Amino acid sequence: MDLSSINPVLFVAGFLVAATPLIFAALGELVAEKSGVLNLGVEGMMIIGAICGFATAVETGSPLLGFAAAAVGGAALSLLFAFLTQITLANQVASGLALTLFGLGFSALLGQSYVGVKPPRLAEVNFGPLHDIPVLGPILFSHDIVLYFGFALVVVVWAVLKYTRAGLILRAVGESHDAAHALGFRVVRIRTLAIMFGGACAGLGGAYISLIRVPQWTEGMTAGVGWIALALVVFASWKPWRLLLGAYLFGGITQLQLNLQGAGVAIPVEYLAMSPYIITILVLVVLSADKSAAPASLGRTFHASS
Amino acid sequence: MIRLEKRPQPSQAFSWATPLLAVLATMFFGGLLFAALGKDPVSSIITIFWEPLFGSNAFYYRPQLLIKGAPLVLIAIGLSLGFKAGIWNIGAEGQYIIGAIFGAAVGLAFYPAQSVFIFPLMILAGALGGWLWAMIPAVLKVKFGTNEILVSLMLVYVAEQFLASMALGVLKNPEGFGFPGSRNLQQYASAHNGELIAGSGMHWGVVAAFIAVIFAYVLLARHRLGFAIRVTGEAPRAAKFSGVNPTRLVLFCMGTSGLLAGLAGMFEVAGPAGQITIDFNVGYGFTAIIVAFLGRLHPIGILLAGGLMALTYIGGDIAQSQLGLPAAAIQVFQGMLLFFLLAFDLFTNYRLRFGHREVA
Repeated sequence: MDLSSINPVLFVAGFLVAATPLIFAALGELVAEKSGVLNLGVEGMMIIGAICGFATAVETGSPLLGFAAAAVGGAALSLLFAFLTQITLANQVASGLALTLFGLGFSALLGQSYVGVKPPRLAEVNFGPLHDIPVLGPILFSHDIVLYFGFALVVVVWAVLKYTRAGLILRAVGESHDAAHALGFRVVRIRTLAIMFGGACAGLGGAYISLIRVPQWTEGMTAGVGWIALALVVFASWKPWRLLLGAYLFGGITQLQLNLQGAGVAIPVEYLAMSPYIITILVLVVLSADKSAAPASLGRTFHASS
Repeated sequence: MIRLEKRPQPSQAFSWATPLLAVLATMFFGGLLFAALGKDPVSSIITIFWEPLFGSNAFYYRPQLLIKGAPLVLIAIGLSLGFKAGIWNIGAEGQYIIGAIFGAAVGLAFYPAQSVFIFPLMILAGALGGWLWAMIPAVLKVKFGTNEILVSLMLVYVAEQFLASMALGVLKNPEGFGFPGSRNLQQYASAHNGELIAGSGMHWGVVAAFIAVIFAYVLLARHRLGFAIRVTGEAPRAAKFSGVNPTRLVLFCMGTSGLLAGLAGMFEVAGPAGQITIDFNVGYGFTAIIVAFLGRLHPIGILLAGGLMALTYIGGDIAQSQLGLPAAAIQVFQGMLLFFLLAFDLFTNYRLRFGHREVA
């Protein structure tokens, strides 16, 4: 065992990268849940985003176009969920599961010819002299544009939810769809938009895994990140800032166990690999006691006649 | 203008027609998908649904129907109890893995001794393993209010890693020349879950699946606990007033589904699969979710749905070898089925009204 082989600067820089897919996916789900919709299809939308982004990036040679395609792909799949839950009034839990099962299969189908292909690399943002600051430079100023975009998106979502009329309406729909409907807000339309935002974000998160973090395509490569993102929303009590904190915590754990694997710690690889999932469960247990922060209409079906 | 009007009572006719409509729609859109992949849609659908039952090699495929259907039915029966009551065990895949590991471990512990008691002990161990694994989300839910969906699903990934460590570690075949994977239980008579009638595909897992169907039917139709399950799902407030104990219900539903999933895993590892390997699990635990819904959470429905889903597995394999249809296409096909089912279910609870809405 050689713990000195873990470079703390690279470790911190690495866990910022590991946290980014979680930030995107969880942030999208947070917005959907704020509107009162529980979409368990995050994993499916992520993997669809991962392959859409990967395929587009490989074909066009532009990673940024890949990310755009990933957002479109994720949002397109989420429209299926919106149709099921908002138009045909299907159970949200079952529909979300259907989305995940379908997404895993469909992504495998799309990705057949992309196994083993190397995607084009997304260049680091050029911060000039900032990059050369010791320690802080490599940690904060040596990443791609999408990572910073993820951070910015958290700030934007927080501000929109807290300070704007649109955010207020979204929260109203999530707290009481009947009251919001009585006030004349289009509950179904607002929820559909929130679901699509969630899908686009999950798609971006998936593409971040396939284009930057790994970077290659393998079947089922999201490996439960979508589910951890769902847990993260609970962890964050539906608050964007706590979500950021949670994502860094989980990113840190993931990165730490990978580094420990690399350093040859005496713990078998399999037990290290299960640690993020076990820690997710532990965190859920600790935080489950307080459910008051959850949107009151979360998971309930809305129909104007009832 | 079309609008939806809630039916005063769910339509029985639509409740049973929905799965059929969903299967037809899936065949149609699945055919389109296959056409998009450059395969002949009609012959693909015939290969999947007709070939295994009545094709020239049907004598080989028909037993497969039981082998593939049994774990699906066994798991789906357990899941349906919880789903009915709004208790969502999504982690049957993990319980299936742990059941298989427990069952195989007990069998391998006795190797090479021969005794009639070994196989029953393995069954008990498999059931215990699945039950214990399902009890983790169940106990966390009743003690701390933790979301059972997320916990049971996280435990699937934990179980997969545990499976890998077992296949590479403790359970590895000492005479396996360093290859990962346990001894093959098919070559160990006392632990082998072999065919009861040669060439029929009938093994103890199939028997267990039929028993589970009958057990669930009686439970739901005749037993007080079945009543508690149904009333909790349909009217949670009424359930509270009628004295249903939600804690016991969660423990029972999660426990039973875990137990049955564990049994399914144990019968699989001792029979068709034969050994613990890294990729032992093939997603039965997730497909069983589709089976449970397709069967309308009704025991007899699940039996039929399990058969149909087994058919798509077998037919998918044939289409893969004969027509070069990708394996993932079948997975998409199965996912589509759940989509259409959920969408068509609208008509069970609502009816369409044409014409303008009157001003109230």
